Amino acid sequence: MWYRYDLRMAAIELQGVTKAFSGGVVAVEDVTLRIEDGEFLALVGPSGCGKSTLLRAIAGLEDVTDGSVSIGDRDVTDLAPRHRDVAMVFQSYALYPHMSVRQNLGYGLKVRRMAKPEIRRRVDEVAELLGLTDLLERRPAQLSGGQRQRVAMGRAIVRQPQAFLMDEPLSNLDAKLRVAMRASLAQLHQKLGVTTVYVTHDQVEAMTLGQRVAVMRDGKVLQVDEPQRLYREPRDLFVAGFIGSPAMNLVEAQIVSGEVAFGEHRVPLDERRAPADHPERIILGIRPETFEDATFASPELPTIEVRVAVLEELGSDAYVFFQADARLVTAQALGVEDTSLVADSTPLLSARVDPRTGARVGRRLRLALDPARFHFFDPVTGTSLLTSEAPQLVDSVAPAAS
Amino acid sequence: MSAVTPAAPVSVAPGERVRTRTLSRRARRRKVQRAVWNAVGLVVFAVLVFPVFWMVSTAFKPTDEISSFTPTFFSRHPTLQHFRDAIDPQQHPYFWDGVKNSLIVVGATVAVSMVLAFLAAVSLAKYRFTGRSLFVVLMIGILMLPQVGLIIPLYVVLARYHLTNALTGVILVYLTFLLPFAVWTLRGFILGIPKELEEAAMVDGSSRLGAFVRILLPLVAPGLVATAVFAFITAWNEYIFAYVILSDQSRQTLTVWLASFYGSSRSTDWGALMAASTLTAIPAVVFFLLLQRKIRFGLTAGSVKG
Ligand SMILES: Nc1ncnc2c1ncn2[C@@H]1O[C@H](COP(=O)(O)OP(=O)(O)OP(=O)(O)O)[C@@H](O)[C@H]1O
Ligand SMILES: [Mg+2]
Repeated sequence: MWYRYDLRMAAIELQGVTKAFSGGVVAVEDVTLRIEDGEFLALVGPSGCGKSTLLRAIAGLEDVTDGSVSIGDRDVTDLAPRHRDVAMVFQSYALYPHMSVRQNLGYGLKVRRMAKPEIRRRVDEVAELLGLTDLLERRPAQLSGGQRQRVAMGRAIVRQPQAFLMDEPLSNLDAKLRVAMRASLAQLHQKLGVTTVYVTHDQVEAMTLGQRVAVMRDGKVLQVDEPQRLYREPRDLFVAGFIGSPAMNLVEAQIVSGEVAFGEHRVPLDERRAPADHPERIILGIRPETFEDATFASPELPTIEVRVAVLEELGSDAYVFFQADARLVTAQALGVEDTSLVADSTPLLSARVDPRTGARVGRRLRLALDPARFHFFDPVTGTSLLTSEAPQLVDSVAPAAS
Repeated sequence: MSAVTPAAPVSVAPGERVRTRTLSRRARRRKVQRAVWNAVGLVVFAVLVFPVFWMVSTAFKPTDEISSFTPTFFSRHPTLQHFRDAIDPQQHPYFWDGVKNSLIVVGATVAVSMVLAFLAAVSLAKYRFTGRSLFVVLMIGILMLPQVGLIIPLYVVLARYHLTNALTGVILVYLTFLLPFAVWTLRGFILGIPKELEEAAMVDGSSRLGAFVRILLPLVAPGLVATAVFAFITAWNEYIFAYVILSDQSRQTLTVWLASFYGSSRSTDWGALMAASTLTAIPAVVFFLLLQRKIRFGLTAGSVKG
């Protein structure tokens, strides 16, 4: 439906924003970031990395210890939340329980002394946009989770602020509703085009919604990029392991005379995509889809032979899990999450192969792999060893970039 | 009145299937259970209400019926004579002084304790400051002290400031134990309100004070009312401190006036005593009835989570 939004949106600029809590916790550390006019930026990272704190600092609910925040070329660092002209959607929705939906939606307009008929008109418009018209006289307690979520969104939209700040707005919904809401959120942004900062710890949500995605860890922003670039050119070991599901295989390796060696395997490098300058030991990153059952792969590609430990057939794809005689960098080691059930189970590498694969558990399988899609990281600093000027990988298999 | 009525036996037709029979047996058991619980409830109710009932009913009985050996629940010849006696200035003077004094003491205690306690509770719940937890612990400590043990020290302090035999002194003493209680209770009510609600209001355009008035205040209102009712009833019924501190009969509160019905002569005038007790109880009951509809808990339901 058509909705008139007075476009006064603006870019948000963060300069060296730092937030240290009184207990000595540095929740956000020296974040410099520009969110363009009308852009949808997803802020993603593991729990406790400071996403909410950063968002609250933009909203003015948290005083920054250092640095500055400006919205629409106006320095708002020392302004109270109400003078920043942003709207926030809380994870808990924070609907006013003693007010009807109509009063909830109109609250921001009322405290700004807008004329009553104008409030009415705007609230009705937003209710129509979000399908809340029949619920306007209800109290929040009488709404379902999804309806509450829409009221929370409506309360933000109706004020027509310069920017939306959303803190995990979908995380209280069940899985199905979350996917539906994700789609309508994307639509809404297309329709309104308001600058949005969207916090989530779900990388799928970040990748599907964000025009750009900022990955945070321990209070720092590691990389900000378009989702496809983030996926294909992670500049950091953590980003590489965090983005993508199933995760990228990260394994300790050595580069010796044009070949990379990990465990018992040796694969010749593609000279267009090899680290120019590297330490003796490196970390090699291979996404599961870089592998293929050799039977179905181009014959020019190098191959390795593995023993199949686990086979997962999903119909459209099959995943082969195998051991390698090399140290793996696991999600645990990166502090993302603990994914292993058995405490001391040896981590496995995963490979996505053609569903017609003849792989059988316990048997040996020949896997082809494409060195032009390898990633290399410094084991100490975790930074990518591929310089940003190095040729971007161009290949036939990966989905087209947006 | 404690008799448990057994549930009527459910007749089962001989041809019925086993499943139906077990079902009806379960239904019967549930019925019996409910009857037992209802009976227990009635007994508890009776135990609680009977003294009050007896007080009110005795107040209306003629004297010969009160001292009769065959008690009656309701008088056959109800009379207002005891009420007239109870407040008769010749027989029991100072009734109206007591009413006035009680209203002043209770009114001031409730008003002052609610205002101060609310402000203190907000700062305890919302702001961090040095000594906050010590403050909370001290408050609970005061509540745990036996009040009787405080009579003499408090009296000594009041005497030093010439506050004995003055309503101000009683008000101050009541505040010493009602304030910590009110602060403690209100702090709990405030902590129960998610801080995101105020934050949302502040982002929406309210000042800190605006969010406080429009969001926090309406949501803690039931808590304020409940605490005020409790403070009112406690202060209204308080006897010991008032008795010790106030010596002039014209300055006494209603409970002290009521106590004068005992033992002033060799025989207690039970009818008048019951009438006076009934009169004394009325204001607290009225206050509660006026406000009880405002005490609605769970007002924050629906603000958060899905
Ligand atoms: N008021 C506070 N006082 C002290 N430390 C705090 C406070 N709020 C947050 N922190 C700390 O700051 C860090 C970042 O918290 P934040 O809430 O921003 O994490 P997050 O990325 O939003 O995590 P999540 O995904 O779990 O919501 C955490 O270590 C947290 O313990
Ligand atoms: Mg958070």
